Amino acid sequence: MDLLQIFLFLFLLIFGYFSGYYFEKRHYKSIRERERKTLHVPLVNFGARQPILEAQDATLFVGSVVVSIDYFKMISATLRNLVGGRVTVYETLLDRGRREALLRMKEEAITWGAHQILNVRLQTATIGGHSSNRSGPGSIEVIAYGTGVKLSNTQ
Amino acid sequence: MILTTLEGVPGKKIIEHYGLVQGSTIRAKHIGKDIMASLKNIVGGELKGYTELLQESRQEAVERMVQQATELEANAVLNIRFATSSVAQGAAELFAYGTAVKVED
Repeated sequence: MDLLQIFLFLFLLIFGYFSGYYFEKRHYKSIRERERKTLHVPLVNFGARQPILEAQDATLFVGSVVVSIDYFKMISATLRNLVGGRVTVYETLLDRGRREALLRMKEEAITWGAHQILNVRLQTATIGGHSSNRSGPGSIEVIAYGTGVKLSNTQ
Repeated sequence: MILTTLEGVPGKKIIEHYGLVQGSTIRAKHIGKDIMASLKNIVGGELKGYTELLQESRQEAVERMVQQATELEANAVLNIRFATSSVAQGAAELFAYGTAVKVED
């Protein structure tokens, strides 16, 4: 029984490592591609204390994503917890989440016809992804929201 | 109803102020989705089931906020902010708040 558990653990570890690596690479590729495509619409995170632009229309846009780490990263983060220091495996997770959420908001705003997105806010929340009690955040949710505006005189 | 994260509506003047409006919803996880999510947790990546669930719940929170604003006869909600907190194991609260105002047409 113990041997089986060890095998299962190793299998999950290796399977998690390779699939996690593959999905991350593919995700980053799509993020970079879409970021290049949506570059023409500026994202701005000010807007509250600026004079409000002359615009025809303004609406709220929200983009959200829930991402989780793979089994290998979870174990490696747990080990990292023992010695302290930078947890690089979580850094890519959060980076991916933020960029994906921003892109989703942006793409939605572009289909609506926005020229600019103002006062963008980002927010991260931990969701207990597991019903079992494992240490560390199972998954995180990132939301990005902002106001898309259509300018009256198209610049 | 105009919803924005700015402190005013572009091209329109605020004529009346009604104060804070808010909407919230608490959602628990769906067991089927939870099982799928825990499987997905092995390979990592996006948990689509949760993304949809939270999107729906956020939509509902916004709707409740809008409803409150409608009762006050406002026609815009400004400076909207979102917040998420997990209140219990497996349940999350989604919260939206903003300032209800009336702007000229």
